[in-house]
Amino acid sequence: MNIEQKIIFSEQTLALVSKIVSHYPEGKQKSALLPVLHIAQAEFGGWLSVPVMDYVASILNILPIEVYEVATFYSMYNTKPVGNCVIEVCRTGPCWLCGAEEIIMHLENKLKIKAGETTSDGKFTIKLVECLADCGNAPVIQVGWDYHGNMTKEKIDELITDFDKNNKVSHKNPYEI
Amino acid sequence: MEKMKVLIGMASCGIAAGASKVYDKIYALKESEKLDFELVKTGCIGMCFREPLVEIIEDGNSFLYGEIDEKKAVEIFEKHIKLSEPIKEYVVKTDLFETKDDTFWKGQVKIALRNCGVIDPESISDYETQNGYNAIKKILNENISQETVIQSIIDSGLRGRGGGGFSTGMKWKFAFNNKSDEKYIICNADEGDPGAFMDRSVLEGDPHAVLEGMTIAAYAIGGTEGVIYCRAEYPLAIIRLNIALAQAREKGYLGKNIYGKQGFNFDIHVKEGAGAFVCGEETALMASIEGERGMPRRRPPFPAASGLWKKPTNINNVETFANVPSIILNGANSYNIYGTEKSKGTKVFALTGKINRGGLVEVPMGITINDVIFKLGGGIQDNKKFKAVQLGGPSGGCIPEHLTDTIVDYDSVTATGAIMGSGGMVVMDETTCMVDMARFFLDFTQKESCGKCTFCRIGTKRMLEILTRITEGEGREGDIEMLEELSVQIKDNSLCGLGQTAPNPVLTTIKYFRNEYEAHIHSKKCPAHGCKKLLTYTVVEDKCTGCTVCAKNCPVNAITGERKQKHLINQETCIKCGVCFNKCKFEAIKLS
Repeated sequence: MNIEQKIIFSEQTLALVSKIVSHYPEGKQKSALLPVLHIAQAEFGGWLSVPVMDYVASILNILPIEVYEVATFYSMYNTKPVGNCVIEVCRTGPCWLCGAEEIIMHLENKLKIKAGETTSDGKFTIKLVECLADCGNAPVIQVGWDYHGNMTKEKIDELITDFDKNNKVSHKNPYEI
Repeated sequence: MEKMKVLIGMASCGIAAGASKVYDKIYALKESEKLDFELVKTGCIGMCFREPLVEIIEDGNSFLYGEIDEKKAVEIFEKHIKLSEPIKEYVVKTDLFETKDDTFWKGQVKIALRNCGVIDPESISDYETQNGYNAIKKILNENISQETVIQSIIDSGLRGRGGGGFSTGMKWKFAFNNKSDEKYIICNADEGDPGAFMDRSVLEGDPHAVLEGMTIAAYAIGGTEGVIYCRAEYPLAIIRLNIALAQAREKGYLGKNIYGKQGFNFDIHVKEGAGAFVCGEETALMASIEGERGMPRRRPPFPAASGLWKKPTNINNVETFANVPSIILNGANSYNIYGTEKSKGTKVFALTGKINRGGLVEVPMGITINDVIFKLGGGIQDNKKFKAVQLGGPSGGCIPEHLTDTIVDYDSVTATGAIMGSGGMVVMDETTCMVDMARFFLDFTQKESCGKCTFCRIGTKRMLEILTRITEGEGREGDIEMLEELSVQIKDNSLCGLGQTAPNPVLTTIKYFRNEYEAHIHSKKCPAHGCKKLLTYTVVEDKCTGCTVCAKNCPVNAITGERKQKHLINQETCIKCGVCFNKCKFEAIKLS
C-alpha cells in the first residue's frame, strides 16, 4: 500500500457500501462487515491494516475490535501486507494427491520465497488455500478471479513470466461487475 | 432448419482448462467469416477430464468434442461448423457412434444438473425454454396451497444434499409452523468439503434453478427474505448469481407482489463468505451473515424456530434447492421412483483424486460405489490398484476395496463409518499412505476448527501431532489406542458437525488399514512408500550410467557425480521429493 494513500473510500464506493448495508434490517448494519472488508482489502493494497480496519469500523458504526475479530477469523482477509499478485495454491486432498506439493515447491524455488511470504520486490505472494473446487483439473491455483488448472512446472513458469511482464495485480473489488 | 448451436463449457473448471481461448478463437472466426450460428457459453458439462469441451448441435444431432485447444478449435470450425463434417477422433460423446467414454454417461440421471452444460446460465430466457420458472408459476396459477407444496417435497423423499440428510420437506414444515412476520430462506452455498464441487457447478451452470427453488420454499413457508451464502472463492458463481438475480427482479419474479400475486414479497441477496470451512455449519453460517466470526451455537433452538436475527429460518443446500422445481413440476413420484427405501432420488458426486475420469456425475441413489468408480469413473489412473475412496470429505471416512459393493444411500454409507456428505469422492490408489491421508485430513479440520469447543480445538491438535509423529517414524506403542480415545472424546464433546465428525478419517483408516499404522509404528516403514521421512533414495551402482539427469533435476543439489561416473545421493540434503526416481531412465534410483 502506498503510505501516502488516504484511507477513505471514494464517493462511488461509499454508495456501494450504503447499498450493501440496505440489504440488511435496520440496526443490523454489522451484517455488511464481511463484504465491506472484501472491498477495503481490494481498494487498499490487498490487505487490511489496523487503520483500514478502524476506518471500516467507523463507517459501519461498530467498534474496531468487532472488525479485528472478524478480520482475523477468516482466511481470505490478509492482515499482513501481500504482493501485488497473490498466487493461491490449493493444498487440499485431491490436489495434494495429484501433485500440489511439487507445484508449491517449484513456486517456492522459482520465486525464492516460502509459502506465505512475499518477494522482496513486492510483486508476488504465495498463499496456500483450501479446496478451490476444481478438483477435476487438479492441481489448481487461483490468481485473483482466475482459476488455472492441470498445473505443471512448465505452466507455472509461463504464468509467472506473463504476470511479471504485465505487473499483474490480483486484488480487485468483488462488487464491480 | 434450426440454426447450428455451438456450446462451450465455461464454468470455472472449463475456463481453468483453457476454454476462454477456445471461445475467443471460435468467436473471432465466426465474426471474420460472418457465419450464422449460435455460439453459447454454457456451464459445466461434467466431463472435467476432457476439458475444454465444445458441443455442436445440428439437425438434432449432438457432437461433444473433448480436450480442445485453439488449434483443434480451428479444425472444428473449418470442418464441422463450416462444412458440417464432424471430426470423429475428437468426439467424446454422441448418439451416432460409440466413443471410449460412453460408460461415463451410462446410468446417469440428471435432475439437479438438468440444465448444467445445456443452457446459457446468463440468460433467463434460456432457463425458461427448459421449463424454468414453470414450477412456481404452476403453484400460483393453480393456487396450490402451502401445505400441499410442503407435502410434495416430503413425498418426494428429498433429503438435505449438503450432507445432513435431513428430510427437506420436514424442515420446511417446521419453519412453516413457526409464525412470524419475517422469515428467512437461506441457501447454503458455502461448499467447502475437499473434493466437492457440485454446488459451484450448479451455481455457475444453472443459477436460476436455485432462485426458483428458493422462491418455492419462500412461498411454502412464508419466507420474506432470501440470502445465498456463497464462498467468496467462487467469483464466477457470484457474478452469475447476481446476473440471474437482476434478470429475475426485472421480470417481476423477485421483489414485491411477485408474479403479480398481491402480498407475495420475496427478494434474495448474495452474501459472500471469506474463507472459513466451519461456516458451512448452519448456525455458524448465520453468525457469519450477521457479521460475526463463524462460530456455531448450541441447538435447540433450531433455525426453523430461531435463526437469522432470531427469526424463523429455513436453510437448504444448493443442490437441494436445484431439485425442488423439478419435483414440483413433475410430481413427487418423478423423483422418488429413483433411489432406495430411505434415500430417494438422485445424488451428484464429484469424482476426484487418482481416478481416470475426474468430473461430476448424477446417479440414482442405490448405485454401488464400485459402479461409480469403475464404470462411470473409468477406474484408477495409470493402471494402478484401487485402495480406498474417501467419502464425505474431512467429516467422512475411507471406504476400502472390500466394501466397494456398498450402495450409495445415507444409511449404507454411514454403516461403513464414512458419511455421504456433500458427495465428494476422493479416490486413492496403492501409492497413497492411509496414515498420511488421515494426517492430511486432520490437518485440515484442525486448521478449520473455530476454536470454540476445547475438545475440537485442542483434541484435533493432539491427534495431528500423534499422526505427524507416526508418519515421521517416531510412532510409539499405544499411539493407536490414544488416537481412538481422543476420537471418542472429540466426537462426544463438540457442539457442531465439524468436531463431531473430525476424527472419522482417522477412525476409518484405523478400522480398515490398521496394519499400515502398525508398520509405521513398529517397523518404521511406510508400506505405500508415501511418507517421505521413512523413505531412502539410493543409487544402484551397476545401473547408473552417469548421465547426470538426476543431478540436474535435483531441486536441492543433493546428487553429486561426474559425467559417466556413478552418482551419489547425499542423504543429509535429500528432501525425498522423488524427482530423481521419476527422471532416471535406467531404473538406477532405488527406493526403500
